[in-house]
Amino acid sequence: MASHAAAEDIHGHPALQHHFENMEQQREAGTLGMWIFLVTEIMFFGGMFLAYALYRTLYPAAFASGSNHLDITLGAVNTGVLILSSFTMAMAVYFTQVGNRRPQIICLGLTLILGLTFLGIKAVEYHDKYEDHLIPGHLIPGRPFDPVVQEEGQPVDHHKLHLLPGATKEKVEMFYWIYFAMTGMHALHMIIGAGLLTFLLIYSMKGRFDPEYHSPVEVIGLYWHFVDIVWIFLFPLLYLLGRHYH
Amino acid sequence: MSEHIVSVRVYITIFMVLLVGTALTVLAAFVDFPWRLNTIVALTIATIKATFVVLYFMHVRYSTRLVWVILTSALFWMGILFAFTFSDYLTRDWISIQR
Repeated sequence: MASHAAAEDIHGHPALQHHFENMEQQREAGTLGMWIFLVTEIMFFGGMFLAYALYRTLYPAAFASGSNHLDITLGAVNTGVLILSSFTMAMAVYFTQVGNRRPQIICLGLTLILGLTFLGIKAVEYHDKYEDHLIPGHLIPGRPFDPVVQEEGQPVDHHKLHLLPGATKEKVEMFYWIYFAMTGMHALHMIIGAGLLTFLLIYSMKGRFDPEYHSPVEVIGLYWHFVDIVWIFLFPLLYLLGRHYH
Repeated sequence: MSEHIVSVRVYITIFMVLLVGTALTVLAAFVDFPWRLNTIVALTIATIKATFVVLYFMHVRYSTRLVWVILTSALFWMGILFAFTFSDYLTRDWISIQR
């Protein structure tokens, strides 16, 4: 009977689903499932990175011109914010693994706040583009893509679009389609991530996670880091590509 | 539990590496590298940063073989996506057929 009691200990966790042998198997299956989902995400963003690479090869000067109009400071600050949020997310997983609930809740809260900060800064950037008539096509009814082009010899106005030799407004518009598609999709992932973090925060305050059972924190952490990685590539590719042209 | 717990010190180190990488990529963007190497430099820094995130923040370094296989197969397929598409677009001028 003693061995039976020991088996009860292993199998008895309230979060263990009946189709798993034990908590470790359940955790590994969950992590694996998340990785398979992330593979589909890699292919999804991969398609957009391909579109970016293709059009940039076709319109190099226009891409550099469009990129130079983006706010490098806001982009860099947002990169820092996102990296910090990845760090706090990793720390949230750590504190869950060692079963320290107070710092776990604090780290999850910080991650959520940093994620929302990123979205706020992104919204400021989008508004700047709106002001400068840089929203492509007719996405905004009655406000088509129509930036004012900086003329040679005129005083430099940062609201005007400076076209490098070989660039046209039409080709720069293609850059902005890709910019808004990629950063918009990334922002949507951040919004979903913020929702998931809210769920984690509520459940961690209820004390649902412990060293034995913390798969939700772990897999949402994986998702959060993935979204961070997408931005790590988006930042240099969108904001920094034309800065060395003078 | 056989689960590997990454230490706080490692997390802080990776965080610092990522911040330094971000600073480096911004600085490098303003340097005019010869032979249009700017993109290569930017992508190399981004790839190094991403590798650190994947290995330590996402625990892949301590994960099962199966996770490694799944991740590398994803990158391999993305390689096919890029290689096949560009082998078309970049070679269209090689033949003189009117399009």
